[in-house]
Amino acid sequence: MIDLDDLDRAMLRALALDGALSAWELGRRLGLSQPAAWRRQKRLEEAGVIKGLRLEVDRTALGFGVTVFLGVKLAAKGRVSLEDFERAVSAIPEVQVVQHVLGMFDYRLRVVARDIADFERVLRRRIMTLPGVGNVEANVLLTEERRLGPIG
Amino acid sequence: MQIDEADRRILRHYLAEPDLSRGDLAERSGVTPATLWRRIERMSEGGAIKGLRAVIDWRRMGYEVEVSLRFTLDKTNPRAFDEFIEAARTVPEVIGIETFLGRVDVRLNVIARDMAHYQEVYRSRILALPHIAELEALMLISTIKDSEGLPL
Repeated sequence: MIDLDDLDRAMLRALALDGALSAWELGRRLGLSQPAAWRRQKRLEEAGVIKGLRLEVDRTALGFGVTVFLGVKLAAKGRVSLEDFERAVSAIPEVQVVQHVLGMFDYRLRVVARDIADFERVLRRRIMTLPGVGNVEANVLLTEERRLGPIG
Repeated sequence: MQIDEADRRILRHYLAEPDLSRGDLAERSGVTPATLWRRIERMSEGGAIKGLRAVIDWRRMGYEVEVSLRFTLDKTNPRAFDEFIEAARTVPEVIGIETFLGRVDVRLNVIARDMAHYQEVYRSRILALPHIAELEALMLISTIKDSEGLPL
Protein backbone atom coordinates (compact mmCIF):
# COMPACT_ATOMS: atom_id res chain seq x y z
CA MET A 1 0.00 0.00 0.00
CA ILE A 2 1.43 3.37 -0.97
CA ASP A 3 0.94 6.73 0.68
CA LEU A 4 -1.13 9.08 -1.41
CA ASP A 5 -1.20 12.84 -1.08
CA ASP A 6 -3.94 15.24 -2.17
CA LEU A 7 -2.43 15.61 -5.64
CA ASP A 8 -2.42 11.83 -6.12
CA ARG A 9 -6.07 11.69 -5.12
CA ALA A 10 -6.93 14.57 -7.44
CA MET A 11 -5.14 12.72 -10.24
CA LEU A 12 -7.05 9.50 -9.52
CA ARG A 13 -10.33 11.45 -9.56
CA ALA A 14 -9.48 13.02 -12.92
CA LEU A 15 -8.40 9.71 -14.47
CA ALA A 16 -11.39 7.78 -13.08
CA LEU A 17 -13.61 10.20 -15.00
CA ASP A 18 -11.41 10.39 -18.11
CA GLY A 19 -8.67 7.79 -18.46
CA ALA A 20 -7.52 9.24 -21.77
CA LEU A 21 -6.28 12.54 -20.32
CA SER A 22 -2.77 13.45 -21.52
CA ALA A 23 0.03 14.23 -19.06
CA TRP A 24 -0.11 17.79 -20.36
CA GLU A 25 -3.83 18.13 -19.59
CA LEU A 26 -3.43 16.42 -16.19
CA GLY A 27 -0.59 18.77 -15.34
CA ARG A 28 -2.63 21.81 -16.39
CA ARG A 29 -5.54 20.77 -14.16
CA LEU A 30 -3.39 19.92 -11.15
CA GLY A 31 -0.91 22.77 -11.48
CA LEU A 32 2.02 20.49 -12.33
CA SER A 33 4.50 20.47 -15.19
CA GLN A 34 3.90 17.84 -17.85
CA PRO A 35 6.90 15.67 -16.75
CA ALA A 36 5.84 15.90 -13.07
CA ALA A 37 2.29 14.83 -13.94
CA TRP A 38 3.65 11.98 -16.08
CA ARG A 39 5.92 10.76 -13.24
CA ARG A 40 3.04 10.78 -10.76
CA GLN A 41 0.76 8.88 -13.12
CA LYS A 42 3.50 6.26 -13.74
CA ARG A 43 4.02 5.90 -9.99
CA LEU A 44 0.29 5.24 -9.44
CA GLU A 45 0.29 2.69 -12.27
CA GLU A 46 3.43 0.96 -11.03
CA ALA A 47 2.05 0.75 -7.47
CA GLY A 48 -0.99 -0.98 -8.95
CA VAL A 49 -3.40 1.67 -7.64
CA ILE A 50 -4.47 2.18 -11.26
CA LYS A 51 -5.24 -1.33 -12.53
CA GLY A 52 -5.75 -0.31 -16.11
CA LEU A 53 -8.41 1.21 -18.31
CA ARG A 54 -12.03 0.39 -18.89
CA LEU A 55 -13.90 1.37 -22.03
CA GLU A 56 -17.37 2.54 -21.13
CA VAL A 57 -19.98 2.10 -23.87
CA ASP A 58 -23.71 2.62 -24.16
CA ARG A 59 -24.79 -1.02 -24.25
CA THR A 60 -28.32 -0.14 -25.36
CA ALA A 61 -27.00 1.88 -28.30
CA LEU A 62 -24.98 -1.17 -29.35
CA GLY A 63 -28.04 -3.41 -29.29
CA PHE A 64 -27.75 -4.88 -25.79
CA GLY A 65 -30.83 -3.47 -24.10
CA VAL A 66 -30.95 -5.86 -21.16
CA THR A 67 -28.47 -6.33 -18.30
CA VAL A 68 -29.36 -8.85 -15.61
CA PHE A 69 -27.63 -9.65 -12.34
CA LEU A 70 -27.90 -13.29 -11.38
CA GLY A 71 -27.39 -14.72 -7.93
CA VAL A 72 -26.34 -18.34 -8.36
CA LYS A 73 -26.39 -20.99 -5.68
CA LEU A 74 -24.49 -24.18 -6.43
CA ALA A 75 -26.61 -27.32 -6.00
CA ALA A 76 -24.19 -29.87 -4.65
CA LYS A 77 -21.39 -28.16 -2.82
CA GLY A 78 -18.31 -30.24 -2.32
CA ARG A 79 -19.19 -32.48 -5.24
CA VAL A 80 -18.81 -29.86 -7.94
CA SER A 81 -15.46 -28.28 -8.41
CA LEU A 82 -15.60 -24.49 -8.14
CA GLU A 83 -12.89 -24.30 -10.80
CA ASP A 84 -15.06 -26.22 -13.29
CA PHE A 85 -18.01 -23.92 -12.67
CA GLU A 86 -15.84 -20.79 -12.87
CA ARG A 87 -14.15 -21.88 -16.09
CA ALA A 88 -17.45 -22.75 -17.77
CA VAL A 89 -19.28 -19.60 -16.69
CA SER A 90 -16.37 -17.29 -17.60
CA ALA A 91 -16.36 -18.71 -21.13
CA ILE A 92 -19.92 -17.52 -21.83
CA PRO A 93 -19.59 -14.34 -23.93
CA GLU A 94 -22.79 -12.80 -22.51
CA VAL A 95 -21.41 -13.09 -18.96
CA GLN A 96 -19.38 -9.95 -18.22
CA VAL A 97 -18.78 -10.34 -14.51
CA VAL A 98 -18.26 -13.42 -12.31
CA GLN A 99 -17.77 -12.91 -8.59
CA HIS A 100 -17.39 -15.56 -5.91
CA VAL A 101 -19.34 -14.34 -2.88
CA LEU A 102 -20.22 -15.36 0.64
CA GLY A 103 -23.86 -15.09 1.66
CA MET A 104 -27.15 -16.41 0.38
CA PHE A 105 -25.57 -17.05 -3.06
CA ASP A 106 -22.27 -18.51 -4.12
CA TYR A 107 -21.76 -16.44 -7.27
CA ARG A 108 -22.87 -13.10 -8.70
CA LEU A 109 -23.00 -12.79 -12.48
CA ARG A 110 -23.63 -9.82 -14.76
CA VAL A 111 -25.23 -10.98 -17.99
CA VAL A 112 -25.93 -8.85 -21.08
CA ALA A 113 -28.56 -9.70 -23.69
CA ARG A 114 -30.22 -8.06 -26.69
CA ASP A 115 -33.68 -8.26 -25.13
CA ILE A 116 -35.66 -10.34 -22.63
CA ALA A 117 -36.17 -13.17 -25.16
CA ASP A 118 -32.41 -13.27 -25.78
CA PHE A 119 -31.81 -13.26 -22.02
CA GLU A 120 -34.15 -16.23 -21.62
CA ARG A 121 -32.14 -18.10 -24.28
CA VAL A 122 -28.84 -17.37 -22.46
CA LEU A 123 -30.36 -18.36 -19.11
CA ARG A 124 -31.83 -21.65 -20.35
CA ARG A 125 -29.14 -22.80 -22.72
CA ARG A 126 -25.98 -21.43 -21.12
CA ILE A 127 -26.53 -20.71 -17.43
CA MET A 128 -28.93 -23.45 -16.31
CA THR A 129 -26.75 -26.06 -18.04
CA LEU A 130 -23.60 -25.09 -16.10
CA PRO A 131 -22.05 -27.83 -13.96
CA GLY A 132 -23.46 -27.75 -10.43
CA VAL A 133 -25.83 -24.82 -10.89
CA GLY A 134 -28.72 -24.78 -8.38
CA ASN A 135 -30.97 -21.89 -7.44
CA VAL A 136 -30.78 -18.79 -9.63
CA GLU A 137 -32.27 -15.38 -8.83
CA ALA A 138 -32.50 -12.72 -11.53
CA ASN A 139 -32.74 -8.96 -11.10
CA VAL A 140 -32.98 -6.75 -14.19
CA LEU A 141 -30.70 -3.70 -14.04
CA LEU A 142 -32.53 -0.39 -14.44
CA THR A 143 -29.84 2.19 -13.62
CA GLU A 144 -26.21 2.08 -12.56
CA GLU A 145 -23.97 4.73 -11.14
CA ARG A 146 -20.28 4.40 -10.37
CA ARG A 147 -19.09 6.59 -7.52
CA LEU A 148 -15.60 7.90 -6.82
CA GLY A 149 -15.86 6.45 -3.31
CA PRO A 150 -13.26 7.53 -0.75
CA ILE A 151 -11.34 9.64 -3.32
CA GLY A 152 -14.44 11.65 -4.30
CA MET B 1 -26.74 4.84 -34.13
CA GLN B 2 -25.76 2.59 -37.04
CA ILE B 3 -22.81 0.28 -36.39
CA ASP B 4 -21.26 -1.72 -39.22
CA GLU B 5 -18.98 -4.75 -39.30
CA ALA B 6 -15.73 -2.73 -39.06
CA ASP B 7 -17.11 -0.78 -36.06
CA ARG B 8 -18.00 -4.05 -34.36
CA ARG B 9 -14.50 -5.39 -34.98
CA ILE B 10 -12.94 -2.27 -33.48
CA LEU B 11 -15.26 -2.40 -30.45
CA ARG B 12 -14.56 -6.08 -29.83
CA HIS B 13 -10.81 -5.44 -29.57
CA TYR B 14 -11.17 -2.09 -27.83
CA LEU B 15 -13.52 -3.50 -25.14
CA ALA B 16 -11.29 -6.52 -24.58
CA GLU B 17 -8.05 -4.52 -24.34
CA PRO B 18 -8.67 -0.81 -23.68
CA ASP B 19 -4.96 -0.35 -22.88
CA LEU B 20 -3.86 -1.10 -26.46
CA SER B 21 -2.15 1.73 -28.29
CA ARG B 22 -4.12 3.20 -31.18
CA GLY B 23 -1.60 1.67 -33.60
CA ASP B 24 -2.02 -1.85 -32.23
CA LEU B 25 -5.78 -1.47 -32.02
CA ALA B 26 -5.92 -0.40 -35.69
CA GLU B 27 -3.75 -3.32 -36.75
CA ARG B 28 -5.82 -5.92 -34.85
CA SER B 29 -9.06 -4.46 -36.13
CA GLY B 30 -7.74 -4.57 -39.69
CA VAL B 31 -8.17 -0.85 -40.40
CA THR B 32 -5.73 2.02 -40.94
CA PRO B 33 -4.97 4.31 -37.97
CA ALA B 34 -6.79 7.16 -39.75
CA THR B 35 -9.91 5.01 -40.22
CA LEU B 36 -9.73 3.86 -36.61
CA TRP B 37 -9.50 7.44 -35.35
CA ARG B 38 -12.42 8.53 -37.55
CA ARG B 39 -14.65 5.63 -36.49
CA ILE B 40 -13.91 6.03 -32.76
CA GLU B 41 -14.66 9.76 -33.09
CA ARG B 42 -17.95 8.99 -34.83
CA MET B 43 -18.98 6.41 -32.20
CA SER B 44 -18.05 8.82 -29.41
CA GLU B 45 -20.07 11.63 -30.97
CA GLY B 46 -23.00 9.26 -31.53
CA GLY B 47 -22.87 8.26 -27.86
CA ALA B 48 -22.08 4.57 -28.38
CA ILE B 49 -18.62 5.09 -26.83
CA LYS B 50 -18.78 7.02 -23.57
CA GLY B 51 -15.08 7.12 -22.81
CA LEU B 52 -12.10 5.57 -21.10
CA ARG B 53 -11.97 5.38 -17.32
CA ALA B 54 -9.04 4.47 -15.09
CA VAL B 55 -9.86 1.44 -12.94
CA ILE B 56 -8.81 1.91 -9.33
CA ASP B 57 -7.64 -1.08 -7.31
CA TRP B 58 -9.23 -0.42 -3.91
CA ARG B 59 -7.25 -3.23 -2.28
CA ARG B 60 -4.04 -1.43 -3.19
CA MET B 61 -5.54 1.68 -1.61
CA GLY B 62 -5.94 -0.22 1.65
CA TYR B 63 -9.59 -1.24 1.27
CA GLU B 64 -9.54 -4.99 1.89
CA VAL B 65 -13.27 -5.56 2.28
CA GLU B 66 -15.91 -5.30 -0.48
CA VAL B 67 -19.56 -6.06 0.20
CA SER B 68 -22.57 -6.07 -2.07
CA LEU B 69 -25.59 -4.87 -0.06
CA ARG B 70 -28.99 -5.68 -1.54
CA PHE B 71 -31.96 -3.64 -0.37
CA THR B 72 -35.70 -3.94 -0.58
CA LEU B 73 -37.24 -0.53 0.03
CA ASP B 74 -40.50 0.47 1.66
CA LYS B 75 -42.33 1.45 -1.51
CA THR B 76 -45.42 2.79 0.25
CA ASN B 77 -43.46 6.06 0.19
CA PRO B 78 -43.29 7.36 -3.40
CA ARG B 79 -40.05 9.21 -2.63
CA ALA B 80 -38.36 6.11 -1.19
CA PHE B 81 -36.00 5.45 -4.16
CA ASP B 82 -34.94 9.08 -4.59
CA GLU B 83 -34.37 9.69 -0.90
CA PHE B 84 -32.51 6.43 -0.38
CA ILE B 85 -30.19 7.04 -3.35
CA GLU B 86 -29.58 10.66 -2.40
CA ALA B 87 -28.53 9.57 1.11
CA ALA B 88 -26.40 6.68 -0.21
CA ARG B 89 -24.44 9.15 -2.39
CA THR B 90 -23.20 10.91 0.75
CA VAL B 91 -21.50 7.75 2.10
CA PRO B 92 -17.85 7.85 0.90
CA GLU B 93 -17.46 4.07 1.15
CA VAL B 94 -20.19 3.52 -1.48
CA ILE B 95 -18.50 2.94 -4.86
CA GLY B 96 -21.56 1.85 -6.85
CA ILE B 97 -25.33 2.28 -6.84
CA GLU B 98 -27.59 0.12 -9.00
CA THR B 99 -31.38 -0.07 -9.20
CA PHE B 100 -33.29 -3.17 -10.28
CA LEU B 101 -36.54 -4.67 -11.35
CA GLY B 102 -36.97 -7.83 -9.30
CA ARG B 103 -36.86 -8.93 -5.69
CA VAL B 104 -33.99 -6.50 -5.04
CA ASP B 105 -34.70 -2.77 -5.45
CA VAL B 106 -31.25 -1.26 -4.96
CA ARG B 107 -27.74 -2.59 -4.60
CA LEU B 108 -24.87 -0.70 -3.01
CA ASN B 109 -21.26 -1.65 -3.51
CA VAL B 110 -19.48 -0.81 -0.28
CA ILE B 111 -15.75 -0.96 0.51
CA ALA B 112 -14.01 -0.81 3.87
CA ARG B 113 -10.44 -1.01 5.16
CA ASP B 114 -11.13 -4.08 7.31
CA MET B 115 -13.99 -5.82 9.11
CA ALA B 116 -13.93 -3.39 12.04
CA HIS B 117 -14.21 -0.46 9.63
CA TYR B 118 -16.95 -2.25 7.70
CA GLN B 119 -18.93 -2.81 10.87
CA GLU B 120 -18.62 0.89 11.70
CA VAL B 121 -19.78 1.96 8.21
CA TYR B 122 -22.60 -0.59 8.28
CA ARG B 123 -23.92 0.48 11.67
CA SER B 124 -23.48 4.23 11.49
CA ARG B 125 -24.06 4.96 7.78
CA ILE B 126 -25.83 2.05 6.06
CA LEU B 127 -28.47 1.22 8.66
CA ALA B 128 -29.18 4.96 8.91
CA LEU B 129 -30.28 5.13 5.23
CA PRO B 130 -34.00 5.92 4.82
CA HIS B 131 -36.84 3.57 3.75
CA ILE B 132 -35.05 0.22 4.18
CA ALA B 133 -37.53 -2.69 4.38
CA GLU B 134 -35.02 -5.53 4.08
CA LEU B 135 -31.34 -5.91 3.37
CA GLU B 136 -28.89 -8.72 2.86
CA ALA B 137 -25.16 -8.80 2.33
CA LEU B 138 -22.93 -10.70 -0.07
CA MET B 139 -19.27 -10.49 0.83
CA LEU B 140 -16.88 -10.55 -2.11
CA ILE B 141 -14.38 -13.39 -1.95
CA SER B 142 -12.86 -13.01 -5.40
CA THR B 143 -13.57 -11.56 -8.83
CA ILE B 144 -13.06 -14.22 -11.48
CA LYS B 145 -14.10 -12.21 -14.51
CA ASP B 146 -14.69 -8.48 -14.91
CA SER B 147 -15.03 -7.27 -18.47
CA GLU B 148 -17.07 -4.83 -20.49
CA GLY B 149 -16.99 -7.23 -23.43
CA LEU B 150 -20.11 -7.65 -25.57
CA PRO B 151 -20.89 -10.57 -27.92
CA LEU B 152 -20.86 -8.22 -30.94
